[in-house]
Amino acid sequence: MTPSSAAQRSLVDTVKAAKKDSDAQQPYRELGLADNEYARIREILGRRPTSSELAMYSVMWSEHCSYKSSKVHLKQFGDKVPVEAKDILLVGMGENAGVVDIGDGWAVTFKIESHNHPSYVEPHQGAATGVGGIVRDILTMGARPVAVLDSLRFGPANAPDTARVLPGVVSGVGSYGNCLGLPNIGGEVAFDSTYLGNPLVNALCVGVLRTDEIKLAKADGPGSKVVLFGARTGGDGIGGASVLASASFEAQGKTKRPAVQVGDPFAEKVLIECCLEIFAADLVTGIQDLGAAGLSCATTELAAAGTGGMAVDLDLAPLRDETLVPEEILMSESQERMMAVVTPKNLSAFMAICEKWDVTATVIGEVNDSGRLTMRWHGEKIVDVPPRTLAHEGPVYQRPIRRPYDQDALNGDHGNGLPRPKTGEKLRSTALKLIASPNLADKSWITDQYDRYVLGNTVLAQPEDAGMVRVTDERWRVEHDGEDSKLGLALATDGNSRYTRLDPYAGAQLALAEAYRNVATTGARPLAVTNCLNFGSPEDPAVMWQFSEAVRGIADGCQQLGIPVTGGNVSFYNQTGTSPILPTPVLGVLGLIDDVSRRTPMAFDQDGHQLYLLGDTRDEFGGSEWAYVMHGFLGGKPPAVDLDREKLLADVLINASRDGLIDAAHDLSDGGLFVALAESCLRGTTGVRVIVPDDVDPFVFLFSESAGRAIVAVPRTEEVRFTDMCTARRLPATRIGVLDVLESAIEVQGQFRLPLAELRTAWASTLPDLFG
Amino acid sequence: MALSKYRVGVVTFPGSLDDRDALRAVRLAGAEPVPLWHGEKWLSDVVAVILPGGFSYGDYLRAGAIARFSPAMQSVIDGARNGMPVLGICNGFQVLCEAHLLPGALIRNDHRKFVCRDQRLRIENTETAWTNQYEAGQEIVVPLKNGEGGYVADPATLDALEADGRVVARYLGDNPNGSYRAIAGITNEAGNVVGLMPHPEHAVEELTGPSTDGLAFFTSVLQKLVGIPA
Repeated sequence: MTPSSAAQRSLVDTVKAAKKDSDAQQPYRELGLADNEYARIREILGRRPTSSELAMYSVMWSEHCSYKSSKVHLKQFGDKVPVEAKDILLVGMGENAGVVDIGDGWAVTFKIESHNHPSYVEPHQGAATGVGGIVRDILTMGARPVAVLDSLRFGPANAPDTARVLPGVVSGVGSYGNCLGLPNIGGEVAFDSTYLGNPLVNALCVGVLRTDEIKLAKADGPGSKVVLFGARTGGDGIGGASVLASASFEAQGKTKRPAVQVGDPFAEKVLIECCLEIFAADLVTGIQDLGAAGLSCATTELAAAGTGGMAVDLDLAPLRDETLVPEEILMSESQERMMAVVTPKNLSAFMAICEKWDVTATVIGEVNDSGRLTMRWHGEKIVDVPPRTLAHEGPVYQRPIRRPYDQDALNGDHGNGLPRPKTGEKLRSTALKLIASPNLADKSWITDQYDRYVLGNTVLAQPEDAGMVRVTDERWRVEHDGEDSKLGLALATDGNSRYTRLDPYAGAQLALAEAYRNVATTGARPLAVTNCLNFGSPEDPAVMWQFSEAVRGIADGCQQLGIPVTGGNVSFYNQTGTSPILPTPVLGVLGLIDDVSRRTPMAFDQDGHQLYLLGDTRDEFGGSEWAYVMHGFLGGKPPAVDLDREKLLADVLINASRDGLIDAAHDLSDGGLFVALAESCLRGTTGVRVIVPDDVDPFVFLFSESAGRAIVAVPRTEEVRFTDMCTARRLPATRIGVLDVLESAIEVQGQFRLPLAELRTAWASTLPDLFG
Repeated sequence: MALSKYRVGVVTFPGSLDDRDALRAVRLAGAEPVPLWHGEKWLSDVVAVILPGGFSYGDYLRAGAIARFSPAMQSVIDGARNGMPVLGICNGFQVLCEAHLLPGALIRNDHRKFVCRDQRLRIENTETAWTNQYEAGQEIVVPLKNGEGGYVADPATLDALEADGRVVARYLGDNPNGSYRAIAGITNEAGNVVGLMPHPEHAVEELTGPSTDGLAFFTSVLQKLVGIPA
């Protein structure tokens, strides 16, 4: 039974009726509530819930909104906040997004969130509204959104359904972000067969605000007005939170298509400008966006965090579809809506700004100190609940955990016997095949659909190691003789699901380390972390083991690196049938650079610069791109994690950037050294001549995925200073070659020579050939 | 003469996106940037106007089709007919075509995808109010980003534009959006109104642009206003 047919049957179910007719059968199981959960609702209310209350509990207690399976694990992020990070954390986990202090009176808020299931059902709208949702979270903190990144996972690049899903997702991410005027500055894309029926669309947004302008989601002060503003409420996305995100939808297929929300980026752009003008005039005491669970979530969270009570007249909510019943209005996930708490004194000024921007704004309720959230409909009371029981006191589960039965076999099957290329000719063909493989090939077919220039502050964008934007605004310029600020933010997202499958604790730390390293490679100092944890069903003990190990790995890793987790998102039930996706924690690291003009790009443009490899290269091919592309093999152990080494490498990269000792740098990750060399050459104008060090096997040298490494281009004039710095800090730095403008190739001496033109053709044609 | 006394306005419509970038470009060129609101008829005594890129009114009807009716646009249209320099970039170009200040129209890219890339252009006309600081035939690189950037007009109009030298800039290399005759920008007969699909305002700082080639659009208009012959 669907919520609407339940509603039609009962017409308007009232609190009075619920008291009188206490034993009526209710479709709680269809709404995703377990027997014990339903019993608890009855216990809280001392009667059966009305159908509206049932709708609200079902969405608020869904996995997506309540984090009921993940909460006990996520607690570690708070428990293990590094000591040195406590001072910069202005707002921690639990709010719409974390806020960190970046000095000079500025603060930054950033978060990554998933929109996986909707993007499979309806790729364009699913991805578009994923961007819209995370942007509203950032806006809700009082910040101006300044950039987005997207982390995408698809089925095999040549699968027919990928040809449906990928172009739709990319156009959705692109059109929504482009139309909002937010530069897309980075992210990643990877392909694996486990994502075929369950792609991942994770969107990250970063916003900038002043430390004294932070807004929180709370309804404070009896008598304050509750204003719903933005788009009208429609029938789209009903039940999205509980149904789409909390259960596999495979069996029902297309029937849930209307459950995907439809986005209107123009409405959101106007809403952003309207909100920022309202914030600047200091007209709200609390604000919340309407995302998952729509009005149910906004009203309960605002009421629960504030004075404690709220009375809402649901008849006043502006509707797109007048036939909607209360249950539907409460569950609708129509986009581009916000809810503000405004004192009576500020109300007319608030309404005037909404009118200026043509934004519909309606007072639908009032804050009170009753401790209850009540709602009326056609004069009847249909909701009367303690709001905390929905927003904060939902069920919490300690799900069973069991190491997968095949884990030992997987780790034991190390793949050391896989045939390796032994001759220069074979190394050359391996290099070409790797660089043309979908995971490593040029992604500009995707990223050229994203505006990276808008707002005029983009210093680095994809395919650079991290995106970087300048932090500046009109107020700064007025205070500084018309000059823009030099302060910059860097952001990178990373995740390697094959490493995580082999060892979820180490795999999650490797993702964290890679994002951290990517930020440092550009010269920025890593500051804080957000994460999007994409996993299969929490009811599968093997998946829950992967999840718990990954969370523990991230929490321990962040503590060791000295950077706090400020927020994020959990996405469970990513599976096709009972087959889960590869465990995919995506880590986003935020960094700070004092002077954006000192950033280090990845391109090799400098003739005669010396090429140095930083870090240690070991024979590590577990979970590697080479094993996957050349042998379709996954087994063994992922590369070793050494977070102290990552910190040391980051220090060297940051200081070398600040002191002008390096002109280019690129991190080593998937595909190893060769892929990094190819990317830096193809991004720039020079070739490179490389020498394999005496004691190293050429294959291991070129393709190993050992962590904690980067390549840098050092001007000859700075070579002594640079190597002295590495020696003093005990970071291994090996000179492996020279940048050469006359050699338009990658020449690995004694092994092979690969002209850049041939390399570029192989690298750049893969995605256009597949997607047109 | 101090250039900063010249006030150059940038109109913000609901859905304008590159308005801040255009204001920055005006400032870097040495003039005083003046934000204008679409709902205000009075143009705050500016001496030139830029219609910025974006998706005014979401481009839901036709790009630029609604923005042209705004109160500010009525004043811009009157000003343009009296010789005031007006530059429309991307969505602003679409607005100028919808307002019939420029001929032709912009349609969906022929490959149906949004495209953002660094684009090579050749400046074909250095006589306009917005291009007099370029050299004839100069090749520049500025960002291009559009979903509806295909310039179209009937053959007679295209022939007339070519004959009168009113093609201001042309795409070099692959045609990025299917524009007829690779036209990236055009001007009116008087040379005071220019529409351009690529984004010179994103190429005004070494730090953030692919080049600083775009800055000359904004210094050109100041030279025009100061009265120094190009």
